[in-house]
Amino acid sequence: MGFGSLKEILAVCEQYEISFCEAVLRDDISERGVTQEESVSEMNRLWQQMKLSANSYDRCDRSASGLSGGDGGKMRDRADAGCISGGFMGKVIASALEMGECNACMKRIVAAPTAGSCGVLPAVLINYANEYDAPEEKIVEALYTAAGIGQVIAERASIAGATGGCQAEIGTASAMAAGAVVYLSGGDSEAICHAAAMALKNLMGLVCDPVGGLVEVPCVKRNVIGAINAISAADMALAGIKSKILPDDVIDAMKDVGDKMHSSLRETGEGGVAGTHSAREQISKMQF
Amino acid sequence: MNIFDILGPVMVGPSSSHTAGAARMGYMTRRLLGEEPVRAHIGMYGSFAATGKGHGTDKALVGGLMGMQPDDMDIPASFKIAKERGLEVEIGTVTLRDAHPNTAVITAEGASGRSVKVQASSLGGGRIMINKLDDIEVNCSCEIPTLIIHNQDTPGYVADITLRLLEHDVNIANMSLYRRKRGGVAVMVIEVDQPIPAETIKRLESRKGIIKVTYIDIGEN
Ligand code: SF4
Repeated sequence: MGFGSLKEILAVCEQYEISFCEAVLRDDISERGVTQEESVSEMNRLWQQMKLSANSYDRCDRSASGLSGGDGGKMRDRADAGCISGGFMGKVIASALEMGECNACMKRIVAAPTAGSCGVLPAVLINYANEYDAPEEKIVEALYTAAGIGQVIAERASIAGATGGCQAEIGTASAMAAGAVVYLSGGDSEAICHAAAMALKNLMGLVCDPVGGLVEVPCVKRNVIGAINAISAADMALAGIKSKILPDDVIDAMKDVGDKMHSSLRETGEGGVAGTHSAREQISKMQF
Repeated sequence: MNIFDILGPVMVGPSSSHTAGAARMGYMTRRLLGEEPVRAHIGMYGSFAATGKGHGTDKALVGGLMGMQPDDMDIPASFKIAKERGLEVEIGTVTLRDAHPNTAVITAEGASGRSVKVQASSLGGGRIMINKLDDIEVNCSCEIPTLIIHNQDTPGYVADITLRLLEHDVNIANMSLYRRKRGGVAVMVIEVDQPIPAETIKRLESRKGIIKVTYIDIGEN
């Protein structure tokens, strides 16, 4: 049934002297009874689709509710002109917004791990691949790394906003992307786990509060913090910084926080920003 | 959950439960009908009723009824396509007791006059459950080959049908029996590990007392 902890993955890495992503790949092969080629070609298909989705962005598109669209384009212009966050980060911010808006506008996307958080991984990986000329196979391996982290979080906690709040969606996506970047930058398996843990800790407690129950506000912009946080956590881990709390414990803590979260903060569209006066005003103006 | 439940599905946004799952529900209804639908009535419940419009749940359900998969780029335009293809759709809300918050009741009718009523719910991540078929509980996901048999509620059917499956080395993964009242119509839901040959299905259809045989293998189109 997949891996129950990051510790288990590390143990397999050590026992067979293999990388984190290889451990995840081997587990998929035995778990689903597929060949290596089948598994890798499926993962590659997702990577190709992420790039296609990113390219499908159109700044003129608006969502059915009228709440989303166009912000990715604005940020892209600013990133191109030069922004405070710097060239690379500026592009990551723009990409995350664009993918979030693609999703809101009913474009084809890859849930990673969910549709609401679909912008985090591609924003990080596509820009990383462009910036550092990472070969396709490496990115596919990074996706296995990300998937392994996500699987453990799904197993020990949750990846659904309705169950665990937004920390479970954007938080998980961020942890997955953090691990993927560490792998791409040559960090070892332990550093991958610490990056994931730090990313998750830094978004712990994030509530799920979609305005009108729609995956738009605040979801689109939360993809930005998921992506930026992932890169920061990866850089910390690559600097040799460790999470003082063991990675599996961080995941358990995230579950505990999710369990304690009031239901109005778990995708019901009642609490958080969804419960504000301006949210209600926007909902009453929605153009269906 | 396997790693492709974490990464994926590839889908048309914005929500795996309200859009991807809804497309799948429409698609499953089409498969259960077994022919091109010409008329459909969709009743949305709970969160589907409250946020369905903004999530394109209605468009995804209609797209699915026309055979679209959750990643079909035509989903946003499904109403227009339905009109062109002569599929008449009526969409409203329903009140249900004890239903999952993301539920829809779909009645679809084919050109032959055959019709089917499906109550299904979207469980998250694009996965769905068919709760009721023609008002009788079935609770199956149809993710593996599934045989659904409507028969008269009299003795012998279970033995007979399982024997037929045995003849073809088909292993039963799950099996449930449902009925609304004793001696009325009973429904047998059998999920199997191997595909069931077409001639076996035909033979089951011709057996006395069997009202309807529906076989869904989503691997086969
Ligand atoms: S706020 Fe809720 S719906 Fe939006 S991305 Fe976060 S978890 Fe998903």
